Amino acid sequence: MPKETADLFFVPQKPEPGRRIYSVSEITQDIKLIMESSFGEVWLEGEVSNFKAYPSGHFYFTLKDAQAVLAAVIFSRMNRDLKFKIEDGLKVICFGKIDVYPPRGQYQFIVERIEPKGIGAQQLAFEQLKKKLSKEGLFEAAHKRPLPLMPFRIGIVTSTAGAALRDILQILKNGSPASDVVIRPVRVQGESAAAEIAAAVADLNQYQQIDAIIISRGGGSSEDLWSFNEEIVARAIYGSSIPTISAVGHQINVTLADLVADVFVETPSAAAKIIVEKRNAILADLNSYRYELYNFVIETVHGLRNQLTALRHALKSPLDRLLEKQQLLDELQVALAQQLRHYLQLVGERASSLIQRLQALSPLAVLARGYSLTMLWPGAEIVKEATQLEPGAKVKTVLAKGSFISSVQEVS
Amino acid sequence: MKEKAQFEEDLKRLQKIVEELASGKLTLGESLKKYEEGIKLAQGCSATLNEAQRKVELLMKKDGKFALEKFNTDSEEGKR
Repeated sequence: MPKETADLFFVPQKPEPGRRIYSVSEITQDIKLIMESSFGEVWLEGEVSNFKAYPSGHFYFTLKDAQAVLAAVIFSRMNRDLKFKIEDGLKVICFGKIDVYPPRGQYQFIVERIEPKGIGAQQLAFEQLKKKLSKEGLFEAAHKRPLPLMPFRIGIVTSTAGAALRDILQILKNGSPASDVVIRPVRVQGESAAAEIAAAVADLNQYQQIDAIIISRGGGSSEDLWSFNEEIVARAIYGSSIPTISAVGHQINVTLADLVADVFVETPSAAAKIIVEKRNAILADLNSYRYELYNFVIETVHGLRNQLTALRHALKSPLDRLLEKQQLLDELQVALAQQLRHYLQLVGERASSLIQRLQALSPLAVLARGYSLTMLWPGAEIVKEATQLEPGAKVKTVLAKGSFISSVQEVS
Repeated sequence: MKEKAQFEEDLKRLQKIVEELASGKLTLGESLKKYEEGIKLAQGCSATLNEAQRKVELLMKKDGKFALEKFNTDSEEGKR
């Protein structure tokens, strides 16, 4: 029965002298030979998945696309030079060779070079590191230290060969001549640069007598700034207890050093100018303080002087008071005399008019007209009626001038 | 020798004096005294900032010890 089934699939072959029966190893070896020589070294493109780094240092993963997968390995001696981290989902371009691994009957791809697709390895490494440090909080605004009020001792980490240092020194010389400078020279480009930069920051921290540290690129803005993107540099700046100013990158090229530092400026000159401005601001403040001090004292003195003048006016001398009173007295006396005169005049006028009236009514005036006054005598009763008299009675008659006594003859 | 700590202290003291004088609560005698002290502090701080005797040095490390070396600034040799 099995024979019949085998017949169905039987492919006619060239007749062999004998039927070759392979062992598993043998056929695997042949396969290995055929595969490895067919491909040699190739370039592959695919997506990383199932990535695992083993304790041995070897990296195992699968390269895949929509229709197929291929086991891949990067041996430890190859992945030591790797700048970026291989992660699942990353699209990569690899160079290596197809290999058959007999113990597992598997074919695999041994990677000799690997690059991220669409982006430089260095750039990818940078972005991965930036993400990692950002997550750790190295760029947090809350962590940034304020610069001292006036930095008198400034540390600079840069290359002594570049134009940047010259610019910084010139600006500081003119704008903040009191500030001392301590330079810790480093290489800013090349293999050892990152380590030197990191060490320099640490050294200045250890030396201690520094108020602020400027970390600067060496020269122009087109310089290679990659050393300032290394993790060791970022951590050294983050760990600095002395406030840091980074003048490395610029708009399109901000480095990790710039992100970690307490202050970031785009040119070395700008870093120096920060210090100059601080000094100028304090000088301006000192001027206004002097002005205010003067003004407040002047104000106080003026205020007191005004008070004094007011008091002096309120206070009159006894002599002045006396003169015042005398003047008042004079005025009153004049007024009194005037009133008195007036009054007397009035009274006089009234008196004369009364006298005139009195005179008119006076009995003497009547007598002057020829009348006489008859009185009983003695006695003094005035005779108004004849009945008061009897013949023989004596009467006195008063005339306007003189008087006489007579006796009554007849009464009618 | 510039003392950063002293400088900041002086500046703070000066600010305080200005506030006290501004309050107008001082007697004339006190005002004049504070004025004098304030002016002295202001002069002192200005002088410190204007001092043109700066040092530019290189920090070198030999056998774990720090040493300062004079730094030759060629550009500084040119007089203005």
